[in-house]
Amino acid sequence: MLATRSIKTTSKAWAIDTAISMVDLTTLEGADTPGKVQALCSKAFRPDPTDISVPQVGAVCVYNDMVAIARQHLDAIGAKDLPVAAVSTAFPSGRASMAVKLQDTEDAIAAGAAEIDMVIDRGAFLSGKYIEVFEEIAAIRQVCGERAHLKVILETGELVTYDNVRKASYLAMLAGADFIKTSTGKVTPAATPPVVLVMLEAVRDFYDLTKVRIGVKPAGGIRTTKDAIKQLVLVNETAGPEWLNPSLFRIGASALLNDLLLQRMKISDGYYASPNYVTID
Amino acid sequence: MNFEYAAAPESRSVAKIDPVYGHFINGNWVAGSSHFSAINPATEEVLSSISLGTAADVDAAVKAARTAFDKSWSKLSGRERGKFLFRIARIMQERSREFAVLETLDNGKPIRESRDVDVPLAAAHFFYHAGWADKLEFAGVDTTTAPHGVVGQIIPWNFPLLMLAWKVAPALATGNTVVLKPAETTSLTALLFAQVCQQAGLPEGVVNIVTGDGSTGAAIVKHPGIDKIAFTGSTEVGKLIARAVAPTAKSLTLELGGKGANIVFGDAAIDETVEGIVNGIFFNQGHVCCAGSRLILQENIAEEVLEKLKRRMEKIRIGDPLDKNTDLGAINSAEQLAKIYQLTAAGDAEGANRWSPNCALPDKGFWFAPTIFTGVTQAHRIAREEIFGPVLSVLTFRTPQEAIEKANNTPFGLSAGIWSEKGSNILWATQQLRAGVIWANTFNKFDPASPFGGYKESGWGREGGRHGLSAYLKGAAK
Repeated sequence: MLATRSIKTTSKAWAIDTAISMVDLTTLEGADTPGKVQALCSKAFRPDPTDISVPQVGAVCVYNDMVAIARQHLDAIGAKDLPVAAVSTAFPSGRASMAVKLQDTEDAIAAGAAEIDMVIDRGAFLSGKYIEVFEEIAAIRQVCGERAHLKVILETGELVTYDNVRKASYLAMLAGADFIKTSTGKVTPAATPPVVLVMLEAVRDFYDLTKVRIGVKPAGGIRTTKDAIKQLVLVNETAGPEWLNPSLFRIGASALLNDLLLQRMKISDGYYASPNYVTID
Repeated sequence: MNFEYAAAPESRSVAKIDPVYGHFINGNWVAGSSHFSAINPATEEVLSSISLGTAADVDAAVKAARTAFDKSWSKLSGRERGKFLFRIARIMQERSREFAVLETLDNGKPIRESRDVDVPLAAAHFFYHAGWADKLEFAGVDTTTAPHGVVGQIIPWNFPLLMLAWKVAPALATGNTVVLKPAETTSLTALLFAQVCQQAGLPEGVVNIVTGDGSTGAAIVKHPGIDKIAFTGSTEVGKLIARAVAPTAKSLTLELGGKGANIVFGDAAIDETVEGIVNGIFFNQGHVCCAGSRLILQENIAEEVLEKLKRRMEKIRIGDPLDKNTDLGAINSAEQLAKIYQLTAAGDAEGANRWSPNCALPDKGFWFAPTIFTGVTQAHRIAREEIFGPVLSVLTFRTPQEAIEKANNTPFGLSAGIWSEKGSNILWATQQLRAGVIWANTFNKFDPASPFGGYKESGWGREGGRHGLSAYLKGAAK
């Protein structure tokens, strides 16, 4: 029944700016270089260099070894309050020893990451070793302590069933996650609306039980403004308007940001600009 | 923060409505002698003036249908009949927006439902039956492949076009000709369908549509030139028809009321179930004969389900049926609204607890907020009688046996729903339930290939699928 909700005019303008502020602007490629990461950081701080009313994004999300470069560059351009998120625990597969995962996380925090996006051990989960999964998340939580926010990536495309998504969401929340995140972006399907719905229901129910609000981060496959607004409608109607906030909802994306900017220009200028009017960093 | 949803109304200009309509008899439009108004239930605006069919109009229609049966339709091969059905189905698809807007204007249901459910399913029924027209001897039905002749069909207002399709498509596929009367409050899509028959080049007299009220329906039922009656509507009228038809040679199928039990076991997936409950009772404003109007909850999860159901109901959007965001439209008529008021008042008087979300209803038109009654017992009228509105009666049970007993403790037996993650629960309950259609972990799913019909006072015969075909062929059980 929630299939159609139309968002127009002022609500759309608000939704676009909110979505921009929720983007975890991401580059996670083997080919990442310091130059690429620095450009991404500049884009994250000033998504539209010609319009200072555009908000900065939620965070910059990079691999562990790029954290220091990103942090230094952000500080250098005056974006001190823009956090760097690091993917951790042998992202994306999670197939490494516990010692490596702990060290990976410690490294990222030491390099200046304020947010850790860890992956769960899907192998353990799928073979029913839930306690193992729980303990691993709890151990990473301990490393993060008060120093970093913990986002737990469930990799829903590998968990496959909604029952599994719900179970893994609870495991992560109970083990101390600040956010539950759908995907690494390396597996499809990723952040499909039904999967996000199940996770939003999970955080809503967890709040009812504990009065603690856990964030949700869909990542992967959200490329257009329309996709993003659909996600916001899901948030609004399922978890509630309290979650319409970058502290409780983030969108892991790269291409999405430029589409949001083009739609934003359309609202202010009345026509669609050429894609050449947004920067490609 | 500003995250308001905006209206997204479908344009009504695609639907052309004539100021006055006649009957469609023998391929022509025949002016009626007196008229009544077609009203948009969402605004009370008069849409058109509809002819009130008399016994003479019905007689003319039956004669036309008889002539068409004798002279043209019964002479055609199944393959040729099938071509006409395919043509009708394709035209319905091509004109689907027109049908959807007209249905929503005339009936009050949300455009999303007319657009996504009623019209596509109606076209699907024609496609499905078009395929059977030349294969009747292979359908495996326990009847001959000979048609009855002229069938009189009387349909309700809750799914006007879809119910027309359920009736007309199998009748034509099996080689019968038709005299159809749409419901008094919803004639417009049937009249548009008449135009589709013309457009498809259907031989004149094969489909005749006589508009009118109960008296017109009675004239059809009594007409000696009709070989079979097919009726969908209330159990009360169904009984009258059965009595009238009993001393005649007419065949009869009836699709009547229901008081569907939606049983939720303790191991159900709660959020999914809540969606299913909402779909079961608030789909089409609860104007659904197979609606899940009795929610029977296992006591260990009752509180949680109700809490989540209420939260979900607060998100239901009520208003302009043409708005694509609307979830719940208008009640079809003042008369039906009065009936809902009467039965819900009985619920209050008998001590059930009423709850509705805080929602504003439009000033004009016929509206009823989505409502649930808790603390309902089997003795309450709202647990026994069909309300046919967005009103859910909630009962609880302790053991599976108790759930079945409560579910079956009704004169009706049309539909039931089972919510459980355990296959053995579902299979066991399905065997115990006395209902024609049982859904497991879903609700209100329809398909032309799936026979639909009820136990007990919910009806005689089946519609759809191979079973539905046999009702239109000679030698079928009366």
